[in-house]
Amino acid sequence: MSDVAALELRDVHVTYRTREGPVPAVRGVDLSVFAGEVVGVAGESGCGKSTIVSTILRLFPASATVTGEVLLDGENVLTMRWGRMRAVRWGVASVVFQGALHSLNPIQRIGTQLVEPIFLHDKLATDNSAATKVRTLLEQVGLPARHADAYPHQLSGGQKQRVMIALALACDPQVLICDEPTTALDVMVQAQILELLIGIARERSMAMLLISHDLSVLGTSCDRVAVMYAGRIIEHGPARAVFDWPEHPYTRALSSAFPTIGDAASRYAPSGLPGDPPFPGDLPSGCPFHPRCPSALPVCPTVDVKLLPAGPGRTAACVLVDQSVPTR
Amino acid sequence: MSERAAVGSVASEPVIEVDDLVVTFRGRRGGGTARALDGVNLAVGRGEIVALVGESGCGKTTLARSILGLERPASGEVRFQGEPLGYGGRALKAYRRRVQLVLQDPTGSLNPRQTVYEAVAEGPRVHRMADESGRVVKALSQAGIRPPERFFLRYPHELSGGQRQRVVIAGALALNPEVIVADEPVSSLDASVRGEILALLLQLREELELTLLVVTHDLGLAWNIADRLVVMYLGRVVEDGTTEQVLNNPQHPYTKALLSVVPEMEQVESIVLTGETPDCARIPTGCRFHPRCPAYASGEAEAAGIAADCRSRELPILGATGGHRAACWLVPAGDAPIPR
Amino acid sequence: MRRASTVTTPRKLSPYAIARTRRKKSLQRFAQAFFGQPAGVIGLVILSVFVLLAVSAPLLFDREMLDITKTLGNESLEPPNGDFWLGTDENGRSILAVLVWGARASLVVGLAASLISMVLGTLIGIGSGHYTGLAGSALQRLTDWFLVIPFIPLVVVLAAVLGQRGLGTIVLVLGVTSWPGTARLVRAQTLSVEGRPYLERAKVLGDSDWQQMTKHVLPNVMPLVIANTTLTVAIVILSETTLAFLGLGDPFLDSWGTMLDKATGAGAASTGAWWYLLPPGICVILVVLAFTLIGRTLEVVLNPRLGSE
Ligand SMILES: Nc1ncnc2c1ncn2[C@@H]1O[C@H](COP(=O)(O)OP(=O)(O)O)[C@@H](O)[C@H]1O
Ligand SMILES: Nc1ncnc2c1ncn2[C@@H]1O[C@H](COP(=O)(O)OP(=O)(O)O)[C@@H](O)[C@H]1O
Ligand code: SF4
Ligand code: SF4
Ligand SMILES: [Mg+2]
Ligand SMILES: [Mg+2]
Repeated sequence: MSDVAALELRDVHVTYRTREGPVPAVRGVDLSVFAGEVVGVAGESGCGKSTIVSTILRLFPASATVTGEVLLDGENVLTMRWGRMRAVRWGVASVVFQGALHSLNPIQRIGTQLVEPIFLHDKLATDNSAATKVRTLLEQVGLPARHADAYPHQLSGGQKQRVMIALALACDPQVLICDEPTTALDVMVQAQILELLIGIARERSMAMLLISHDLSVLGTSCDRVAVMYAGRIIEHGPARAVFDWPEHPYTRALSSAFPTIGDAASRYAPSGLPGDPPFPGDLPSGCPFHPRCPSALPVCPTVDVKLLPAGPGRTAACVLVDQSVPTR
Repeated sequence: MSERAAVGSVASEPVIEVDDLVVTFRGRRGGGTARALDGVNLAVGRGEIVALVGESGCGKTTLARSILGLERPASGEVRFQGEPLGYGGRALKAYRRRVQLVLQDPTGSLNPRQTVYEAVAEGPRVHRMADESGRVVKALSQAGIRPPERFFLRYPHELSGGQRQRVVIAGALALNPEVIVADEPVSSLDASVRGEILALLLQLREELELTLLVVTHDLGLAWNIADRLVVMYLGRVVEDGTTEQVLNNPQHPYTKALLSVVPEMEQVESIVLTGETPDCARIPTGCRFHPRCPAYASGEAEAAGIAADCRSRELPILGATGGHRAACWLVPAGDAPIPR
Repeated sequence: MRRASTVTTPRKLSPYAIARTRRKKSLQRFAQAFFGQPAGVIGLVILSVFVLLAVSAPLLFDREMLDITKTLGNESLEPPNGDFWLGTDENGRSILAVLVWGARASLVVGLAASLISMVLGTLIGIGSGHYTGLAGSALQRLTDWFLVIPFIPLVVVLAAVLGQRGLGTIVLVLGVTSWPGTARLVRAQTLSVEGRPYLERAKVLGDSDWQQMTKHVLPNVMPLVIANTTLTVAIVILSETTLAFLGLGDPFLDSWGTMLDKATGAGAASTGAWWYLLPPGICVILVVLAFTLIGRTLEVVLNPRLGSE
């Protein structure tokens, strides 16, 4: 592993200007992913996961104000020139977007759509070399090469997602970002796609950022995981540890929402959280989780919680892990 | 746990019975007929919660819709309290007052131009039930929308996903139904909200003695709330038993695979099946699962001397009642209870 | 429940007061959106001028001025002058007077025929989208049939069948021939609404077909229908002109269409009597333009709300 992270976010803030006022969707996120590492980001919908993705390739709308630094191999994306930015997209980092299943052009063959980025980024590519590349890509994502001649509607959801992954891999990026890559898919297909993604990331020593609202998926397939709530990372650490022994009450709630089958304690005892995720335009004071927190203390509505060490390689943002706050 | 099992049991009194149900659709682009349901037997006892699981495309929604009379069977029948379903307008209307459906997508299930009150009052109004507003208040608070009055004039887009699903459930409850069929009721909700809706379903069963058939592809959900588990593959039931039996001691290779890919099941090696559910217009011969069956592919079936059966011998269809059963040549004596 | 803050629901107001406030707010939002579109505003201004003229016609020009038995004293086809600002027609009538009264006839024909077309188109469109069986395909066939049949022969036949030509006949003929476009549009929208789960939910709750169509489909196709009807008015006004021009109109009705017909009949084009030909022509174009602008704006303003509210 080199010293420079393949992807690093430093104190990233994103605020959307809307008619109802500013919406601070991301409020200070620090995160790094090194080559050969799979890092997960978990959290309920609306917590800012996709917004973070949009900053990495500068794909946010004009209504968004972004501050902080987004470094790809040490180079700040937010201050890059446009020409460089275009080269970086696909070439250095690429994204499999949320809901991307519908983003394939319905009237173009799969092969045609795969060839496009190859020619765009490799000026020396010939028709022949591109066709070979397409074939290799399809094979890598577990599709027979003949699917290059297929139209999107002839493929199932899982196959389309494989095409999307092939598309993201077309220019051999060093960083792959997958925003909810399995959300619309079936359990078995989800397992297939995850296996594929992790396999590719390991084999190519890529840096992978895997985003999902499903903590159980991340807990079992990532090296590290960051849990977000209301635009901030509230817990971070080795994936398995975070999922199995959560420190933050929110992570604990998320983790127990996925029962262990066979565990008598969760039989007839579904576990969830009361209330709804907060709207970023109108956040509760203090620890934003306090209205739903089962372990909230009287100080919680007023304290400003920060990520603090919570065990080996772990941090959590909760007064319960902060020894300096009186917890009574 | 044991007294729970006694709450609902098929043996006691089946409310919903599905008998050798076959539902076909005209195949796409002349692909022959698609047998979405190909001989399904099912019995749901009073007060029981049955989970129906399987990959997408295996016919879960079609079965749920057939139970509501929304699909007409090609053969076989659906019975409610022993009476075969009538498909006339009046009979269906009366039936659907007692058996209600909750759909997967709460956002799509609510008319964007109707307020919460109108959405919940729709059923009682159509059935000309007395005390409409009283019913709406009661149904909403039963569904956990409290205080109900404050939500009357909200539009769906002003509610969170969880609240929308509660409103949909309230809409069904307003009719005082005996059975609710829920098609993937929480799959579009956030994990943290999911548990609350499932707890609500359990609570409704306790308080109102509701019978529930829950369609899901989430085995964890089944472990959380279901008394019994029915596993479907390609239009047929392949395994059926109490939730403990099926999940603690799965028999069918398909169930084993499904269970192994649940992310939390770290202790078992995951068996990721290749491919997806085949098109139900082209059902494989013999055991319909054989092209994807890990036991067949690994030679386990061969070793047991049943590989030829897997390929070509049609399996008997599982009956609606009995103990823990699985439709697989590897599993002894088809319909006989499996020793633990 | 904390999301409650997204909707300000003052606790003290009664539910009905809240409903009223909501409706007012939503109307305000609509008005804001509409007036934010210059095209719509221009259309509305043009239309307002014509409506004002049409309404105040009796105040501006005595009806008698249109009676050819009373205008025999005037010179025919006189160019514009101090007495007759837009000149006179072949019967010596003031073109300005005929034009203003013609606005009445043209607008009445346009609106009434569009109303018929809207009702027919909506009913048939929703019906053909909702019923999947024989009834649905029969209605769809009917729509297609009316769509492909060339307009003019159909009108000729209809006009002949209906016999005597009056305002009522023209309205009827135009109404009965201009609904298929609306029906097709409504059908498409109905099909998309029919695919939504809330229709299935309504069915399961026991709604009859009629209830499903009126409670769920109609409110969701209405914005589209309104926008489309505005466009239909423009088409109908043009068609009335065509009809009159073909001599199929009511010769005793002083509409812009009849004016144009008579102008050509009187050889206005060859004799250079532009004051007879141009004013009704320009008026038709302006009104058609106004309705089109309004219709397009309504489409833009109402459409995004189809799914959300
Ligand atoms: N273009 C936008 N304009 C205004 N608000 C937005 C925009 N995109 C996202 N948001 C808001 O920002 C928050 C975070 O959204 P998102 O990053 O999509 O969350 P996630 O991917 O975790 O579900 C949400 O509350 C969302 O409503
Ligand atoms: N209206 C329909 N027309 C044609 N085929 C259908 C229709 N509805 C379902 N099917 C087919 O029936 C099979 C079962 O579908 P479904 O019941 O929706 O499965 P599930 O709910 O388990 O995902 C699928 O192969 C699907 O393509
Ligand atoms: S800071 Fe307080 S409210 Fe926030 S998570 Fe910790 S205990 Fe709960
Ligand atoms: S019958 Fe054979 S192919 Fe079918 S599930 Fe059993 S072992 Fe597998
Ligand atoms: Mg997202
Ligand atoms: Mg389904």
